Amino acid sequence: MKQAININVNGVDQRAEVEPRVLLVHYLRDVLGLTGTHVGCETSICGACTVLLDGQAVKSCTVFAVQADGANITTIEGLAANGNLHPVQEGFWECHGLQCGYCTPGMIMTSTQIVDRNPNPSREEIRHGLEGNLCRCTGYQHIVEAVEYAAKKASA
Amino acid sequence: MAEKYVGKRIKRTEDPRLIKGLAHYVDDIRLPDTLHVAFVRSMYAHARITSIDTSEAASMPGIVAIYTGKDIAEKIGPVPCAAALPDLKVPDYRVLATDKLLFVGHPIAAVVGTDKYAVRDAVDHVAVEVEELPAVVHVIDGVPTTPVIHEHFGDNIAYKLTSGEGDIEAALKTADRIVTQKMIHQRLAPIAMEPRGVLARYFPGEEELTVWSSTQIPHLLRTQLALMIGIPENKLRVITPEVGGGFGSKLNVYAEEALLGWISMQLGKPVKWIESRRENVAATIHGRAQAGTVEVGVKNDGTITGLRYNVIADLGAYHQLLTPAIPTLTGLMLSGAYKIPAIQMNVTGVFTNKMSTDAYRGAGRPEATYVVERVMDVVARELNLDPVEVRRKNFPAASEFPFHTATGLDYDSGDYDAALDKALDLSSYQKLREEQAKARAAGRIMGIGLSSYVEICALGPSQAMPAGGWESATVRIEPTGKVTILTGASPHGQGQETSFAQIAADELGVDLNDITVIHGDTGVVQYGIGTFGSRATAVGGTAVLIAIQKLKEKASKIAAHMMQCDAARLSFEAGCYSKQNAAAAAATGTSEPVVPVGEGPAGALNEVPVPSNGRDKLTIQEIALAAHVAKEIPPDTEPGLSATYFFEPKNFTFPFGTHVCVVEIDKDTGETKIVKYVAVDDCGKVINPLLVDGQVHGGIVQSIGQALYEEVIYDDQGQLVTGELMDYALPKASQIPWLETDRTETPSPVNPLGVKGVGEAGTIGATPAIVNAVVDALAPYGVTHIDMPVRPEKVWQLINAN
Repeated sequence: MKQAININVNGVDQRAEVEPRVLLVHYLRDVLGLTGTHVGCETSICGACTVLLDGQAVKSCTVFAVQADGANITTIEGLAANGNLHPVQEGFWECHGLQCGYCTPGMIMTSTQIVDRNPNPSREEIRHGLEGNLCRCTGYQHIVEAVEYAAKKASA
Repeated sequence: MAEKYVGKRIKRTEDPRLIKGLAHYVDDIRLPDTLHVAFVRSMYAHARITSIDTSEAASMPGIVAIYTGKDIAEKIGPVPCAAALPDLKVPDYRVLATDKLLFVGHPIAAVVGTDKYAVRDAVDHVAVEVEELPAVVHVIDGVPTTPVIHEHFGDNIAYKLTSGEGDIEAALKTADRIVTQKMIHQRLAPIAMEPRGVLARYFPGEEELTVWSSTQIPHLLRTQLALMIGIPENKLRVITPEVGGGFGSKLNVYAEEALLGWISMQLGKPVKWIESRRENVAATIHGRAQAGTVEVGVKNDGTITGLRYNVIADLGAYHQLLTPAIPTLTGLMLSGAYKIPAIQMNVTGVFTNKMSTDAYRGAGRPEATYVVERVMDVVARELNLDPVEVRRKNFPAASEFPFHTATGLDYDSGDYDAALDKALDLSSYQKLREEQAKARAAGRIMGIGLSSYVEICALGPSQAMPAGGWESATVRIEPTGKVTILTGASPHGQGQETSFAQIAADELGVDLNDITVIHGDTGVVQYGIGTFGSRATAVGGTAVLIAIQKLKEKASKIAAHMMQCDAARLSFEAGCYSKQNAAAAAATGTSEPVVPVGEGPAGALNEVPVPSNGRDKLTIQEIALAAHVAKEIPPDTEPGLSATYFFEPKNFTFPFGTHVCVVEIDKDTGETKIVKYVAVDDCGKVINPLLVDGQVHGGIVQSIGQALYEEVIYDDQGQLVTGELMDYALPKASQIPWLETDRTETPSPVNPLGVKGVGEAGTIGATPAIVNAVVDALAPYGVTHIDMPVRPEKVWQLINAN
């Protein structure tokens, strides 16, 4: 039995009817066509599916779409404002914080929360903040530098 | 003077689409009426199928078709193995199991339906009855004789092979002592963050099939799929969209790729399968899985006289594309960075009830490096020498290159002392030893480990490869002056859209942003080999360079024609051909006078800027336009401005370096913490230092994963117990130290770019440095070796053994 949901995604109100078992990530990807959010493990370990739900980073592979009813969601597609890259996006580009790019949207969403919570994070704090996001390519060092770059830029 | 790009930290041109979430991986491609596929897979390691009942599943809502092994057994050819070894046993690997199940994850049936949730539901309703059989799981201590996995072979031995040069028996006899060490290279899962995925669409009218696959080898895949499915190769197009990592796991031809193509042809609709992570751990190739004993003969001064490695390779149930060949790469690299007069490897490849092993980043070479670098430390310990001195003692001097090894290779170039010196300097090695003495006196457990590695890259000369080792490039300048590069390499994170553009921008004197690098589409790009074996830049980049040189030969002819002079009188700089003045021409010995051409330009179209005969400068963009308009080109010259080159390397390349790792171990928990890591790598000339750093970092962290955390574990019944990322432990950001990287630069003479390759350096060089550090730390506890992964409980037990 389908259920009606209203979710604001990247500033736009979206109405849909979905089965209660549909995962938030599948709603974003398959219903709205926002394929920037990726699925990497289906067990909330890798963080490739991270989005912001009412400002909190969540793993959208382990949230049902119906649980997000009434919420505000930000995905990677909604991060750049008026065509300008978010400081975290800029940091990832400047510091070579990505290689294959698959973990990147989730990494960026988590990183925005790290910088939001702590405008001047230490490297240890950044690494701790990234624990729920796995990257197999970069070895994390350039990602840590990307977050440092973004923090500096945001507080400048 | 145009800006030069090669050698600079240029940020990547591929990044904007990736950081905005606008790139397209296979699952992001949406075609109307796409059907979804899910697989019924074996839950057993070894079993005989007694019945399969699909009726209940087939009646569920949205289910369109279900295929079992019996339905398609003779319609799709076997999964191919390209490795050729003497007396190799090659099992018939059907895309769906027909009578026996040989590993957990073995595909049994493909369920096709209109919704991805519906097909996963239906999978659970396919009833598979089996007779369970005992499984072949553990091979470290010998090859089990029963049960026999492939009964018609008579035993579980896939092949036996001896490799190496020199009289090993005599060499070991000249030694003052023999040092032996048993070592295990545990089974690993590559875990690209994007699992595999396939989308196939058949066009019944055109009789053409397009397959989008997350692969590293689009052209090789097209050839093999054409043979498997029976579609003409020129009616099959393979497209590699964005690929979310490979690490060798997508350097393969998989059952699912052929099945999806075939199913689309049966149903006349697009079909898509996206691998779940559980399927990925169970049914995408694994790596490593060797266990062996190394014996070295050594003089009292540390000189190595010979090395023998007897090893069992756990191949899994079937051969994937390169499965049996991986241990042969181990054999090739057993000389490491050292002069060893005689080397022998005796390998036994064994079938087990597990997923196939194959090329995982490093592919056989990490095992060799680990064997050699661990044993150098064992030798140092036995002789009471510093590990640095044992290494230095056996290095070939820089003047000895090209250097022939007793494994049959010719190392291209190297200066091993220089990299070692730099690493010791950067890590303050002597100070570290002093610090260690103090730490020990204070009751802390601290260790220092070294690894001086050599790897074999830029695979490779075709004579040494299963199916071609060259790479191709086409470079064209379009009428508007934009540059298009088509490469046969298939980058999936390495950044060659940027680094190849850097090469081209410098050679053509054009802006980096005017260049587009296209790859991964067999309908667009000339045949290529693909991206693996740290080859894309050394082989594929060289193809780009030489294609450009060919293109410029033609461009200069056209320029000379247009400027009415001899091509030899032209100079090329900053994207512009200029007539040299007489003095400059005389100085460079170029010929005079201008060769007269038959007819001058006449009646050019208004919008086409045709330079006057008196002009003495032309940009390469102007020449490109003229080449396409074709009114002003020499009579013997083809119109258009493009060139294709297939580069065949004459040798492999041999990057090298020294890594230094410092660990501290928590006495109470046994946990190992890497507190310092210094890597000095020499990958020849560097096109983009930013990308090289990224490759080195990523490789080292995969090594840290192997050394400390990762292991694919099958239990005694052959059940996969590390089937998710909840159980298979990948390194996290918080577990990784700051990596201090530096380089020495010894150009390779094998290619005109002087590059060697760097994609696998970290995974090859780092693992032994970490384990050597752990063993060094535990030396006061009498520990002489520890097998990977170095988990806390293992270390705690060693600390508390006495």
